Amino acid sequence: MPKSDSLQGSLDLLVLTILSRRPRLHGYAIMSAIQSMSGEVLRVEEGSLYPALHRIEEAGWIHANWITKDSGRRARMYELTAAGKKQLGAEESRWQTVTSAINRVLRTA
Amino acid sequence: MSLWSRIANVFRGDRLNREIDEELESHVEAAIEQGRDPAEARRAFGSMLRHREESRDMQLIPWLESLRADGTFGLRQLRKNKVTSAAAILSLAVAIGACTSAFRLIDALLLRPLPVANPERIYDLSRQGIGPDGAPQTFDGWAYPDFQLMRAAVKNQLELIAVSYAEPVDLTYKSDEEIEKAYLQYVSGWMFSTLGIKPALGRVFTENDDLKPGGHPYAVLSHDYWTHRFGQDPSVIGRTFRMGNDLYEIAGVAEAPFTGTEPGTMVDIFVPTMMNPAVIRKDSTWHRTLAMVNAGAALEPIRQKLDATSRAFEEERAKGFLGMRKEDIDHYLNQRVLLEPAASGVSDLQSETRRPLVILGVLVALVLLIACANVANLMTAQASARAREMAVRVSIGGGRWRLVQMVLVQSAWLALLAAAVGGLFAWWSGPFVVSMINPPDNPARLLLPADWRVLSFGLVLALGVTLLFGLVPALRASSVNPVSALKGGEDPHSKRRLMHALIAVQVAFCFLVLFVAGLFVTTFKRLSHQPTGFSADRLLVLDAVTKQPQPLEFWVQVAEHLRSVPGVETVAQADAPLLGGNSWNNFVSINGGPSNGILSYMRGVSPGWLETMKIALIDGRDFRPSDTHPGSAIVNETFAKVYFDGVDPVGKTFDLATDEGLRLRYQIVGYVGDVRYRNLREPILPQFYVPFRSVDASGAPRKKGAATLLVRTSSSNPRTLASILRQEVPRARSEFRVSRIRTQLEINQSHTVRERLLATLALFFAIVALLLAGVGLYGVLHYSVLQRQREIGIRIAVGAQAGGIARLVTMEVFSMVLLGAATGVGVGMVSVRFTESLFYQVKATDLQMLAPPSLAILAGAFLAAVPAVIRAVRIDPITMLRAE
Repeated sequence: MPKSDSLQGSLDLLVLTILSRRPRLHGYAIMSAIQSMSGEVLRVEEGSLYPALHRIEEAGWIHANWITKDSGRRARMYELTAAGKKQLGAEESRWQTVTSAINRVLRTA
Repeated sequence: MSLWSRIANVFRGDRLNREIDEELESHVEAAIEQGRDPAEARRAFGSMLRHREESRDMQLIPWLESLRADGTFGLRQLRKNKVTSAAAILSLAVAIGACTSAFRLIDALLLRPLPVANPERIYDLSRQGIGPDGAPQTFDGWAYPDFQLMRAAVKNQLELIAVSYAEPVDLTYKSDEEIEKAYLQYVSGWMFSTLGIKPALGRVFTENDDLKPGGHPYAVLSHDYWTHRFGQDPSVIGRTFRMGNDLYEIAGVAEAPFTGTEPGTMVDIFVPTMMNPAVIRKDSTWHRTLAMVNAGAALEPIRQKLDATSRAFEEERAKGFLGMRKEDIDHYLNQRVLLEPAASGVSDLQSETRRPLVILGVLVALVLLIACANVANLMTAQASARAREMAVRVSIGGGRWRLVQMVLVQSAWLALLAAAVGGLFAWWSGPFVVSMINPPDNPARLLLPADWRVLSFGLVLALGVTLLFGLVPALRASSVNPVSALKGGEDPHSKRRLMHALIAVQVAFCFLVLFVAGLFVTTFKRLSHQPTGFSADRLLVLDAVTKQPQPLEFWVQVAEHLRSVPGVETVAQADAPLLGGNSWNNFVSINGGPSNGILSYMRGVSPGWLETMKIALIDGRDFRPSDTHPGSAIVNETFAKVYFDGVDPVGKTFDLATDEGLRLRYQIVGYVGDVRYRNLREPILPQFYVPFRSVDASGAPRKKGAATLLVRTSSSNPRTLASILRQEVPRARSEFRVSRIRTQLEINQSHTVRERLLATLALFFAIVALLLAGVGLYGVLHYSVLQRQREIGIRIAVGAQAGGIARLVTMEVFSMVLLGAATGVGVGMVSVRFTESLFYQVKATDLQMLAPPSLAILAGAFLAAVPAVIRAVRIDPITMLRAE
């Protein structure tokens, strides 16, 4: 079963996509969403998700807020920014270009 | 936003850590809530610490963060060793402060460009040649008619500006009762537009204000004068003041901060050159000539054109020279015009103090280096105490540069703290030193702004100093070999060798500072004990002026009146005081023959002047009221030597040639002892005195508008009579005023101001240097005893004597002291060549000059060694050996 390796370079795209569909998720929910929406094919290495989230946040594409849950615990919720929406478009078309190129290579063979 | 938040996060690192931890923790909790096994969830998550570090680096600037951490750690290290840190900071502070202070002075006087447009294009015109005394000389004074010819000759290539030597003048704003002093400069009307100076109020001069001799009685005030004299009153425009016989109207105020072109003198009032009576004279060189060169213009062709024009002017004039030898005339004509950059202005204070200031700058730099060596030794000692800590850091993966940075940051703390304290010191001491350059009644006024120039100098200095004393210890600390350091056995001598070398360097520098200080102090002592040939005790010098020139009888009446004032012993008149800066000279011809090329110096004096000044009469008599100038003369010993082979010349005659081509004959009626005329350094000049009563060609007495009254008082502090005399002069005759009162002693002392300043500051630096070197020596000895206490303990245990231990402890260091002192002597001998012109009757090779600094250093070294030796001798072998 391919694990995190297959995610190389595409983690940003996945995070942005998830957040564009379902705003305000915390890290664990983002991870679960990637897993369930990919039909359990894609798995994010749990710890590495956070440095990636923080990097994307520093880039200004997502924005985080602390909320207090009913249990009294705090959770950090992420949502897409305007810049993030633009970035999502760019990442998406880049992904399309790359995959269709790879597909073309595979077909010619 | 991102960069800012990353910088901000550097300074709230703990909170950042907590937030990241909390988020990571909440992930694991969410996993557990989802029903996963806690242990499995944690394992799946991986190393929290690693993820946190990764996230953290993402959210702040890692290098800034490490710098901050080192900064906090460095400060903690300094606080841990409070006493040594304070000593290091203080010694550095004194040195940095002195350096900054010296820079402020040098910058303000010599480096800072004038506050005008394009200062880099300003040049000063001067002439270089052989002077009347046969020595090479350069002079930048010009006659106005010559200036006009030169200006016309180069009109298309550059603009020439005439600016007079700024000088204090007497003027009155309301009634003539209230005379005040102001610094006045005659300037070309077009100076303001050429230098780009706009009016702050009213108008400034233009070319049209400078056309007709005597025709433009207008004045422009400097902003500084307008502020401190008039409180920036705008109604000052149109007000008038009287100077001499002329009434001037204030036309405007020049914008700040321009106060003339002479650093050291702040001009209060500018008037057009055409208002100077000498403007039509070909024989009076009373102004400087500044050139505003066009950008990129070739200077040499311009210089040649100016040279040719000026030479033609002087050749024309030389046709009228009488009584001058052919070779003197040739020397005079063969002068070469020079164009020298004058971006920071031109002033006498600059040329007089350039060399002293540079020497002081070097002394200060040496003191700074001594202080740096101290701190370097301190850091080395500390680093060796921290060898284990460094070894641990290296073994757990601390990078080498990271360690260098850590030690350097600590050094930077020292330097920055020292720079802050030193800055305060410099802020205080700069104006203090300026006040010391000056005689009290004629202060040099120098703008000493503490602006970005001074600030950046201080910062660069702090940075440079950090690298100087911090880099070597930092590199050594970082190159620690963990294995041997943790075993406790690094080569202990390597560090001591570095420290010893620094001691030698320190001692050499210290010797140099002490040696030069000694030379300056001796120069000052010799010069101020120079016999002057007259007595300055209890002598007051009154400069008296009148509105209109007054007949001689009235001057006699005033002197007569002052004699009746209680406390006054004798009163005499002269055209100027001795050593007062005025000089009047001419070539003398004996028996109608040609002059021998030696200038003779003159002074007009009244009967009784010799007695008042207490000048020894060798032969002949004093002047009588009936003696006149021209007619009678009293000559001094040097005059007799130069013109009469040292034979008593009473009864003989000599001639003077005037500019009008006349020969004036004088009969020598008196023969007196030598006195100092211009200054204390030069050889005694041939002098003769002529009667105060001067007559014109027809024999009618000339009126006088200004003269000096010399009053010998009976009070040991003649100043107490000053205000009474100031009132008594107008009481004697209402036309008379006193414009200035000095004591002769003040006048004499003004000639040693520079020497006193040099001696005082050099002595101060010498004491600081000695103190610093002593502290440094003490520190190194102390450290080496600490380091070797085991060895010393063993030696004592096996029976070493106290003397042997003392020798063991001090031997190496003292050989370094001797090496340093020897180097210092060598360097001192060589370097003195550059400072020789500042010394007076002092020889660098005299044992007298070499012995005191050597003894002082040796004494200092012994003193510094005592505590360490006592400590070493007192080491108890039993405790020492047990401790291990």
